[in-house]
Amino acid sequence: MSDETTTGIDNRKLLMWVFLGSDCMFFASLIGTYLIYKGTGNLDIGPVDVFDIPTTSVSTFVLLMSSMSMVFAYAYLVRNNINAFRIWMVSTIIMGATFLGFQVFEFSEFYFHYDLSPQTNLFGTTFYALTGTHGLHVTVGVVWLAIIFYSSLFRNSVSAETNLDLDLAALYWHFVDIVWIVIFAVVYLFGTFPGFPS
Amino acid sequence: MTSIPLKLPFKLNLSRPTNPTGVMDWITTIDHKKIGILYGVTAFIMFITGGIEALLIRTQLAGPELKIVAPDVYNQLFTMHATTMIFLGVMPLSAAFFNYIIPLQIGARDVAFPRLNAFSYWTFLFGALIMKSSWFLGGSPNAGWFGYAPITTTTFNPGNGIDFWIVGLQVLGIASLAASFNFIVTIINMRAPGLSFMRLPLFTWMTFITAILLVLAFPVITVALIELMLDRTFDFNFFNTKAGANPLLWQHLFWIFGHPEVYILILPAMGIVSEILPTFSKKPVFGYAAMVLAAAFIAFMGWLVWSHHMFTTGLGPIANSVFTITTMLIAVPTGVKMFNWLGTMWGGDIEFNTPVLFSVGFLSMFLIGGISGVMHSFSASDYQQQDTYFIVAHIHYVLFGGAIFAIFAGIYYWFPKFTGRMYDEKLGKQNFWLMFIGQNITFFPMHFVGMQGMPRRIFTYDSEMGWAFWNGVESFAAYVVAFGVLLFIINMIKSWISGPKADGDPWDGRTLEWSISSPPPVYNFLDVPKVESLDDFWHKKQKKNKSVKSKTNPKSIHLPQASYWPMLVSLGLAIAGYGIIYNLVVCGIGLAMVLVTVCAWSWEPVNEPDAH
Repeated sequence: MSDETTTGIDNRKLLMWVFLGSDCMFFASLIGTYLIYKGTGNLDIGPVDVFDIPTTSVSTFVLLMSSMSMVFAYAYLVRNNINAFRIWMVSTIIMGATFLGFQVFEFSEFYFHYDLSPQTNLFGTTFYALTGTHGLHVTVGVVWLAIIFYSSLFRNSVSAETNLDLDLAALYWHFVDIVWIVIFAVVYLFGTFPGFPS
Repeated sequence: MTSIPLKLPFKLNLSRPTNPTGVMDWITTIDHKKIGILYGVTAFIMFITGGIEALLIRTQLAGPELKIVAPDVYNQLFTMHATTMIFLGVMPLSAAFFNYIIPLQIGARDVAFPRLNAFSYWTFLFGALIMKSSWFLGGSPNAGWFGYAPITTTTFNPGNGIDFWIVGLQVLGIASLAASFNFIVTIINMRAPGLSFMRLPLFTWMTFITAILLVLAFPVITVALIELMLDRTFDFNFFNTKAGANPLLWQHLFWIFGHPEVYILILPAMGIVSEILPTFSKKPVFGYAAMVLAAAFIAFMGWLVWSHHMFTTGLGPIANSVFTITTMLIAVPTGVKMFNWLGTMWGGDIEFNTPVLFSVGFLSMFLIGGISGVMHSFSASDYQQQDTYFIVAHIHYVLFGGAIFAIFAGIYYWFPKFTGRMYDEKLGKQNFWLMFIGQNITFFPMHFVGMQGMPRRIFTYDSEMGWAFWNGVESFAAYVVAFGVLLFIINMIKSWISGPKADGDPWDGRTLEWSISSPPPVYNFLDVPKVESLDDFWHKKQKKNKSVKSKTNPKSIHLPQASYWPMLVSLGLAIAGYGIIYNLVVCGIGLAMVLVTVCAWSWEPVNEPDAH
């Protein structure tokens, strides 16, 4: 196989972009379902009752910072500073895991404290399906980054020449972050903002 | 290519297949040509099973108040017939052409991701088996190919059939997505030097547009299927009307996917016809740029018309008017294509062999289907036609007279390239006329009984209704079509085994696949071709340059090597799929298998460093 491509862009990077385009439609359908059902069905328990905006703001902030940390990790890898790369990788993974921890806390709080399960009403169904799918995406991202970090502990297996492997994971990671910004705005902020039409 | 020699945290000693033979060769192959043949043969077998289902339907409807199949079996038959023909027949038959032809038309040695390609085939095969195995495991899906919720929720449909449908479609969706990612990257990134986008053969263009549609449309149905699966397996409320769910949600999600899907079915067929007509008219295609733009416009408009499937659900006059207009607009680019095909043939030195007959059959049948399509694009008139045999007539004119005729044309056209042998022209023509006449007598009277009010999806009808005569005629003609297909199978098997040898360019072709021997060598092109114009190969033949003997040694060409992993990942997915239906622990085992095999796959280098 020839190493050169028609456009000069690596095949795998192009594949990642096409996949992310496809994933956009995936989340668009889930968010669409959520919005269609917003404010319908059994309204005994809804966004205003369960959301704790300050807590979720903290976890959102952590996830956004993990994207910045990801940028640093990539930048240091390209400069072949493997030690700094490792530090920023660990920081990205920890922040991603922290976000997941917040989500586990939030889900259990809703479930045990507010008695909100996916079976309760349409809000429960659509909320858990949407944020759960996003959480699954973050989990995949954390595992992916952890595998790259793990292999970087062995000599020469991760280096500036092979930065594309990290680049792909980073693209995915930033995408998952952006999706969360949309979810945080549409589900959390619009859900609790007083006077916002439901 | 940059690839990290990652250290494995665990040892997986399944040594790589080197020069496998026989069955092992087909299981581990990542050669796009072999995968194309696997795709084609598998999809054709599925097409036959769908045809048997259709014959059973027609036999049951041959006369009034017949009791050949029970009503609940009849429901399963029409559901499986449509699901099979769309997802296991036409789509993978198109995919067979993508696999075999695209790398050849763009001057590449293989697709961008050969192992992903193998994965998409095996996933398709397992998805098809999951879907079809429902016949033997307690009953098939029975709610129509669109599976409208809430009728598909456990409240109204407690059996396993719908679960097979949900899981089967998701697995098939993964296969289609993997193939489409692959073809988008291949067409953007693997073109031969000089082969700019506006020099691409039209079939490659149609494949590219189809793959983009697929990548954007399949996630939508995947979400709908996941929602239905969560409802059925974990009692979520997406389609639970008791909890206030909206029964139109499924219809919207399904048709937002479903209408682009219609173009996913027909655009490859249009691409095939756009290759055949210029070749046998001995003329370049008329209005190349207009053909490309019309297809792009059709693909774009395909996203703005989904509610014309829902005119009678009460969306209101504004929505119905808007979707009437957007739907009618699609007739314009389709008309552009139709006139360009006619323009291509006009004044040409046309050779009426089997591929051309099928292509002209496509034009005329698709035109009739298009005209009845414009009739029910008008929402007021659709109120009379909705859910009648008029719609059945329309869909079969565009999908059978349209897509299937074009696919048959393509099989005949590329048969010498696939096999290195010629098909039997006389049998081919008999095959065409039987199918052409049979299909018109089968489907044209459906317009009449539809207008008389015969509803779709009824297992029998009263003799007083006056539908008996035409239904009898339709059922008889359905067997004529089946006999035509039988001649096709005989022709294919006979010619593949003992047909006369074909050379590399039997049709005086224009595109790059004809510049190499038939069947092509494993590396396709000894030297990567340099392209200077549209129909470059044809222009170079006119200059009558003596072809320079290539000095490249075939042994020096590095090709990606066979691999076990794609098939094993697909197998894991199939186990997980059955697990969702029967036992969640099995599902977990399947997913674990997917995880392990995906890791092993990604750590397996594309080429072993020491292999040649």
